[in-house]
Amino acid sequence: MAQTEVKTLAITGNGAVSLAMKQVDPDVVAAYPITPQTDVVQNFSQYVANGDVKAEFVTAESEHSAMSACIGSAAAGARTMTATSSAGYALMVEVCFVAASMRLPIIMTTVNRALSGPINIHCDHSDSMLGRDSGWLQIYNEDAQEAYDATVMSFPIAEHKDVRLPLMNMYDGFIISGAIGPLKPLSAEQVQEFIGQAPDYPRLLDAKNPVTMGPFDGLHGWYFEQKIAQNIAMDNALDVIQDTYDRFYELTGRRYEHLMQYRMDDAEIAVVVANSAAGNARGIVDKLRNEGIKAGLIKLRTFRPFPVKQYAEALADVKVVGVMDRADSFGAPGGPLYMEVLTSLYQEGQCAKAVNFIYGLGGRDVFPQNIEDVYRRLDAIAKGEDAPRERIYVNAKGM
Amino acid sequence: MATQEIKKQSPKVYIDRPEHLSGGHRLCAGCGAPVILRQVLMGAGDSPVVVSNATGCVEVSTTIYPYTAWKDSYIHSAFENAAATISGIEAALISLKKQGKVTEDFKLLSVAGDGGSYDIGLQAISGALERYHDIVILCYDNGAYMNTGFQRSAATPKGAWTTTSPVGKVRPGKNQQRKNLTDIAIAHNIPYVAQASPHNFRDLIYKAEKAFAAKGPAFLNVLSPCPRGWRSKESDSIQLAEAMVKSNYWPLFEVENGVYKINYDPKKRKGAVADWMKQQGRFRHLFTPENEWIVEETQEMTDYQWERLKAMEEATARFGTQEAAEAQEPAE
Repeated sequence: MAQTEVKTLAITGNGAVSLAMKQVDPDVVAAYPITPQTDVVQNFSQYVANGDVKAEFVTAESEHSAMSACIGSAAAGARTMTATSSAGYALMVEVCFVAASMRLPIIMTTVNRALSGPINIHCDHSDSMLGRDSGWLQIYNEDAQEAYDATVMSFPIAEHKDVRLPLMNMYDGFIISGAIGPLKPLSAEQVQEFIGQAPDYPRLLDAKNPVTMGPFDGLHGWYFEQKIAQNIAMDNALDVIQDTYDRFYELTGRRYEHLMQYRMDDAEIAVVVANSAAGNARGIVDKLRNEGIKAGLIKLRTFRPFPVKQYAEALADVKVVGVMDRADSFGAPGGPLYMEVLTSLYQEGQCAKAVNFIYGLGGRDVFPQNIEDVYRRLDAIAKGEDAPRERIYVNAKGM
Repeated sequence: MATQEIKKQSPKVYIDRPEHLSGGHRLCAGCGAPVILRQVLMGAGDSPVVVSNATGCVEVSTTIYPYTAWKDSYIHSAFENAAATISGIEAALISLKKQGKVTEDFKLLSVAGDGGSYDIGLQAISGALERYHDIVILCYDNGAYMNTGFQRSAATPKGAWTTTSPVGKVRPGKNQQRKNLTDIAIAHNIPYVAQASPHNFRDLIYKAEKAFAAKGPAFLNVLSPCPRGWRSKESDSIQLAEAMVKSNYWPLFEVENGVYKINYDPKKRKGAVADWMKQQGRFRHLFTPENEWIVEETQEMTDYQWERLKAMEEATARFGTQEAAEAQEPAE
């Protein structure tokens, strides 16, 4: 289908996502207010109050109960959504593992924000990175348009019979969640046609075929195999996600891939980064290219499952890669994204030099100059300077 | 009215109702929980049920994969969230019914022990009651974390031995009196709250039926003997429950639309708390000169709470109006 002329809206990231939720109109939304995702829940409350949506809205008394209600709802057979951020997500994590193990395709918006302590309300990625082993699909989004598109694309991915996993969509707290940007929305009819009906699956609310869900596995021992099955579903998701991206491209002309490459064709130095910082990074790439420096950028989209081969291929001819992490993993060799990228290179037998840059923790600004400094450092390493093994902290005081 | 008139039936009527929990589960001999569950589910009549169950004895003993003792749909998610889980199921039921994707009138039951109700699950229960979901929340109260090996809970009686309130040279078991969860549930101004015991099965089944029939949330707190944790004989369980009720330690009462009703009034108390405490090994150390005060204090607390309950019954009798009931119901 060709893209028809669409009006561009000026809208916040949260406004874009709540609009997508309205157009999806799931059966049940259960949520709890945690700034900076609170707008999503507030906007949705207004849609409920206005009678714009058919969804049942459960105003849970905590994020733990919000996710628990989502589990009940999805297990009952309802298309279910929620939104969260930061400490609220951390509180959910126990039951996020349960949702994944029950193979419930719950869709959750997670607005990236720092974890306590000290308490800090601003953007970083430590919240969603906490859940990287929880069994949820994780998609990272740069701006309001991506967050909107990802919300719509979530359903055919998560509900696919070969996947059946919960999915979380991330975007940066405040920087995207609260700032106004452009959005080309679909019509509600286009959204409904794209997501289709959720395929049938055993559900609690089937009196003729009752099911026991979440049984005790302490004696006979199928826990191990259950976990392997979850990983197989993750593997399957790689193709399902790309197929869904491709189908979305046909509808909208907007192209998505597991990782978004910018001027990577002949790049000798490259940065890997997630979410909103990618915008600044593209500008720096252009600037350096004008100087004749062969710089490129890889923007992370799919983090779970991690597209190992795609990273290895994209970085095959790169001399030095800088991985920018907006979260840290204390005591680990580096930030979470750095370790994934390094492992991908190693698994494919490649040995580009890799440097880990930790940036933006607790909402610390990352200016274009900071990103340029990152690229200049990579360029110096490409020209013979030693590559540091330890993390480099970007725009940290006293560093 | 948010509640419906329900008559107590003869045992013959109840026994002909469908079984929801089949035999062959692995709960201990003498355990109160399966007796309570079968009685409560008789209150659901012919309706299909969805059970949301907290982690605990019932969960680990009735759903040992690949077997299940449940004839209806059942879900276990975690320890503290049975009531939150059933909230989501109720929302799904409303939504799918509106869309014509579900047609049956499911009854929704959340089940947890005292650990999953008085302690870690309290917040989720409170939230679910306040949101006024059309659900029944059942607590089977055996007075400790029996599944994990008898650790003290907020429901454990004062002086009781548990593995986290052990008896030693300077401590005579649990230091604190128990929390009154039934009172907490009543404070949510929901249509129906009741306290019951499996020894009086007609009373319990009637209350369950009343709870399932109520429009909106209902809460049932049921005394559940535990031979392992109480250090009592398996064959004594039901008699112990009866003795605890007759001593007024566990009064049988209900609160319907805010109006209290005592369902069993021995008029003059029949027996003392010491009677059943003596039969439970968890209180053995209390019957010594230096610890007897705990038994006396428990008796005083029991008598005080009984008098208070009678006063509440008297005080609320005049409020049993339709207007009062309707005032509690949320707007559509």
